[in-house]
Amino acid sequence: MIEKKTRLLQGNEACVEGALAAGVTFFAGYPITPSTEIAELLSLYLPRIGGKFIQMEDEIAGMAATIGGSLAGHKAMTATSGPGFSLKQENLGFAIMAEVPCVIVNVMRGGPSTGLPTATAQGDVMQARWGTHGDHPIIALAPYSVPDTFYTTIKAFNLAEKYSTPVVILLDEVIGHMREKIEVPDHVDGIIDRKSPEKSPEDYLPYEAGPDQAPVLAKFGSGYRYHVTGLTHDFTGFPTTDPKQVKYLMDRLNNKIEMHKDDIIEAEELELDDAEIMVVAYGSVSRSAANAIRSAREAGIKVGLLRLKTIWPFAEKHLKKYADQVKAVIVAEQNQGQIVYEVERLIGCQAPVYAENRYDGELMKPEQILNRIKEVYRNA
Amino acid sequence: MSKQIRLSGSGGQGMLLAGIILAEAGIMSGKNAVQSQSYGPEARGGASKSEVIISDLSIDYPKVTKPDIMLALTQEAYSKYAGDMSDDGILVIDESIQLSGQDKCKVYSIPIIVSARDVLGRAIVANMVALGAIVKASEVISFESLESAVLKRVPRGTEELNRKAIQTGYELIAG
Amino acid sequence: MLNDLKQYLREDKLKHILCSGCGHGTIMNALVHAIEKCQLDRDNTVIVSGIGCSSRIPGYLNFNTLHTTHGRALAFATGIKLADPQLKVIVITGDGDGSAIGGNHLIHACRRNIDITTIVFNNNIYGMTNGQYSPMTPVGSYASTAPYGNIDRSFDLCKLATGSGATFVARGTAYHVTMLTDLIVKGIANDGFSVVEAMSHCPTYYGRKNKLKSPVIMMEMLKKSALPLTAFEKLPAEKTEGKYAIGVLHHEPAPEYTKEYDRVIEIAQKGAN
Repeated sequence: MIEKKTRLLQGNEACVEGALAAGVTFFAGYPITPSTEIAELLSLYLPRIGGKFIQMEDEIAGMAATIGGSLAGHKAMTATSGPGFSLKQENLGFAIMAEVPCVIVNVMRGGPSTGLPTATAQGDVMQARWGTHGDHPIIALAPYSVPDTFYTTIKAFNLAEKYSTPVVILLDEVIGHMREKIEVPDHVDGIIDRKSPEKSPEDYLPYEAGPDQAPVLAKFGSGYRYHVTGLTHDFTGFPTTDPKQVKYLMDRLNNKIEMHKDDIIEAEELELDDAEIMVVAYGSVSRSAANAIRSAREAGIKVGLLRLKTIWPFAEKHLKKYADQVKAVIVAEQNQGQIVYEVERLIGCQAPVYAENRYDGELMKPEQILNRIKEVYRNA
Repeated sequence: MSKQIRLSGSGGQGMLLAGIILAEAGIMSGKNAVQSQSYGPEARGGASKSEVIISDLSIDYPKVTKPDIMLALTQEAYSKYAGDMSDDGILVIDESIQLSGQDKCKVYSIPIIVSARDVLGRAIVANMVALGAIVKASEVISFESLESAVLKRVPRGTEELNRKAIQTGYELIAG
Repeated sequence: MLNDLKQYLREDKLKHILCSGCGHGTIMNALVHAIEKCQLDRDNTVIVSGIGCSSRIPGYLNFNTLHTTHGRALAFATGIKLADPQLKVIVITGDGDGSAIGGNHLIHACRRNIDITTIVFNNNIYGMTNGQYSPMTPVGSYASTAPYGNIDRSFDLCKLATGSGATFVARGTAYHVTMLTDLIVKGIANDGFSVVEAMSHCPTYYGRKNKLKSPVIMMEMLKKSALPLTAFEKLPAEKTEGKYAIGVLHHEPAPEYTKEYDRVIEIAQKGAN
């Protein structure tokens, strides 16, 4: 029997609760607003369960130590915000290439540069996708509420362990800092732990992936001695420049995510069944959008909301499901327009796609989206 | 029922804690609640605010757009934050504040700070006095819910002082 | 003896990428001998490196090996050591990797006194990328990015490590192999952060740019420049130009980081119950 405790928590606090429920035992990071509550709470909680917390000398080291902690067998995470997320990109790429499970929380604030450290934004969704150099897949999740942050964090750890890959959580500053009612369960089912190799150390090949395309990396110190490198490598883990092996690795890294899209991608469809206008939004803005579509429905406009909970890989299937049905699409984002281009690319030839944006540090109000819905409806 | 509440004062007057207590009292009464606040330099000194929405329904937009209930403990906070009040809202202010004359809503001007300092002997509990007054004036939650939320949050050993503070505030509103 | 040593090598990964005449192979040899002397368990030893010529060496060593990003070996290693203090962690880095791009991680690893042994392969140049000057290139030397002579003053890495809090600091050379082996043994034995600066040479780039015609000449330079600490200290200041001390330069035990963290766990768990 799962007991639930009603609490009032910040998004950042719910992230910590989710991480603990998922089995986090290692955190390395560097202080940056608006993510600091995550580090502060884990410095308090981790030693209580025998876990490890370390504040590193910089953001880069925070990411590096997180990967190190994971290779030593821990469920590991770090948390940061815009400028720190930029600094972490190279080692994020290392984790993708070396296939090291870990979770990176980016509590998004206004940018570019130092920007608006205490104000909300969704300006890092493309950085999450393409921030590190080279072709690569990425998983990025975007919670829209405090309870959703709890479950999204659990999901992030599960996906990281399942697919042996880093997972990014894009948390809006508004969600990270606001307090909201949440029923915290004392136990969560379906936690995924790291697999151990089935083969003996003599026969073990670290990057020989199973049918799911994900490797099983043995914990350092478990008797499996192998080599981990950011250089392009073959299934033994050692560097290769053989074009065949290079292509094989690049394809496998990509397929590993691509073939499991249905497992990874989550999106909520609100009032879309008969919708003539579809609003696409994620994170905090999807709350404003939910409010706006309710008001629009009251005014007799058939409008629905596609709330993206997984940003990458992109919810192509969900989007295309409504592409022929709707007369127009509005993509509401707390930035100058990023996901709108992805939507346009996928369904722009089937329905006109409009961008609705706000990027002054204040959360987009429902009225802004409602007005746009009305305007689009009039002209449709 | 859905009420937007804004608590404002100067940094250090405990508006954040008051907001958290109010939101917790809300969820203890089985309602939904969200709380948010100003961060950064704004939160240190100067005017600062903490906002709460308490609702029977789910709360989509988490920020206060038009307060139904507003508290101002300082002149600066009143000038900065009271401008977008709902016409049928309730404004609770410390008696030291000079009204602009523009307010269309119901105004309760009461001695919050003086009561905390002189009656209870601790200026620091002005936020609790204010909470008592707000609950009485708006009936957004019951006094009992407020009381249990306060007792859950305040430091051990200060329960009696804080209980008295909300009681004092409650009694400052006539009727 | 040779057969005993072979167990520490991934023979199928040799031949190595190092140029002929490079000093790094000799230092790797000293490291392997030191590991043998310390009887380190291969399964419980992790060797971590950054980017550069020396950082390719872990690939040839039969341990848990991790070849990371440029300059960041110590940050990865810190994560590993803290995550599992039972593991013996050795970091291989170069002068560019360890003192330029990774300089910040070096001083902070020293400060924490986490039980990691760091071998800095110092060949005074960026060898992997064609011989650009590093923070350890002497003033006046030539490099592919210092065609008119280097004007950047170089670090005294051992003083830097000592000043930053490392509890064991030593310098050896690829010429004085027996001594270098001994210094690495002592570094591994130190319960805390150890830095062993191993002076190497790069005939391919540093040598060619600086008219040092052969590896032999460069080896002789190592021999001439290095003086045991006691002898170096007796030299009058004007005669120290181009010379450096070798041996144990600093050894002062202090609380080790992961053991301190165990205390944190103890306090946290007492408080929670």
